[in-house]
Amino acid sequence: MHTSLNIEVSWPDTIYAHFRRVGVRQVGYVPDAGHSRLITLCRDDPDIADVVLTTEEEGIGLVAGAALGGQRAALLMQSSGVGNCVNMFSLLRNCGFGCLVLVTMRGELGEFNQWQVPMGSITADILRLCGFLTCRVDDPNDVHEIVGAGCDMAFDGDLQVAILLSQRLIGPKQWTK
Amino acid sequence: MLDRRDFVRQLLIDRGDLLIVPGLGAATYDVVAAGDHPLNFYLWGAMGGTVMIGLGLALARPDRRVAVITGDGDMLMGLGGLATIGVKQPDNLVIVVLDNGHYGETGMQPSATEAGIDLVGMALACRFKEARSVSRIEEIPGVRALLHAGEGPILLHAKIKPEDVPRVLPLRDGHAIRRRFMDALNSV
Repeated sequence: MHTSLNIEVSWPDTIYAHFRRVGVRQVGYVPDAGHSRLITLCRDDPDIADVVLTTEEEGIGLVAGAALGGQRAALLMQSSGVGNCVNMFSLLRNCGFGCLVLVTMRGELGEFNQWQVPMGSITADILRLCGFLTCRVDDPNDVHEIVGAGCDMAFDGDLQVAILLSQRLIGPKQWTK
Repeated sequence: MLDRRDFVRQLLIDRGDLLIVPGLGAATYDVVAAGDHPLNFYLWGAMGGTVMIGLGLALARPDRRVAVITGDGDMLMGLGGLATIGVKQPDNLVIVVLDNGHYGETGMQPSATEAGIDLVGMALACRFKEARSVSRIEEIPGVRALLHAGEGPILLHAKIKPEDVPRVLPLRDGHAIRRRFMDALNSV
């Protein structure tokens, strides 16, 4: 899939390194192009159960069940998926489950598909209303620090943490090859 | 058709260290009525998410049996979870659906199963190792054996009478339910 060798460590690899550091054992996701590298890393890791979800809200149940059983689970989704989770988020706050969600953003400035804009433009507000600490990353140089802090607060502090990976970080979706 | 309280009580005889995730509403009341237990993770909300909590738990604890006991309404809201579970094939997960064909908490409006929508067929189509309906009390010992030793994922579809039974309410503090469950699981 990757035709060119990237000598620098890419930001998905940085996130994956944090997953390893804090002992993430389950990763639930609805695929997104922006998460494809991280999904591959998780799928290739025999210590991580990769769970492809039919809808993002399933991931909230997965996180809760994993925590009950003593494992750490992280969720990967696109901004449109946040809207699918809203009622299920109440499980996290009612029971005090920590949760780490990595959200690849769509619908931001430069988005060519305007159908992504209504959800993308309210994603951060929805997460805040649902009780998430929300932090945005625009610069690849910030991924290490922000995702590291997010992992620690979610898994050691039992907090709900969402990290928004901006469209500037990910780059525009490529429609032609 | 089965009496729901009778069925759940008999199903959970000698439950041992089974981990149970009861779905919100009547299924939770049935499980409490069979005997409160710290290894019950009661739900008062999160409708549609019960089977996925079961999956996360089953993956985290492959050394233990996990039972989701829920109603047709909750199962119907989370049907996609059957596919998600079918992909992962957890051999320690059993889903018990108490199906009265109605939304009992809200005035007994008919659900999709009342119209013949087939949960057993869906589970089989999602690669469950076993899925079957139960409607007679004599079948319970066989079903109990499956619950404790059958190779999962398994879906047991219990046809229960659509009747109103008294509510038996468990703990409602979600933090307390979670901590009690985790303390009990870690101490065994």
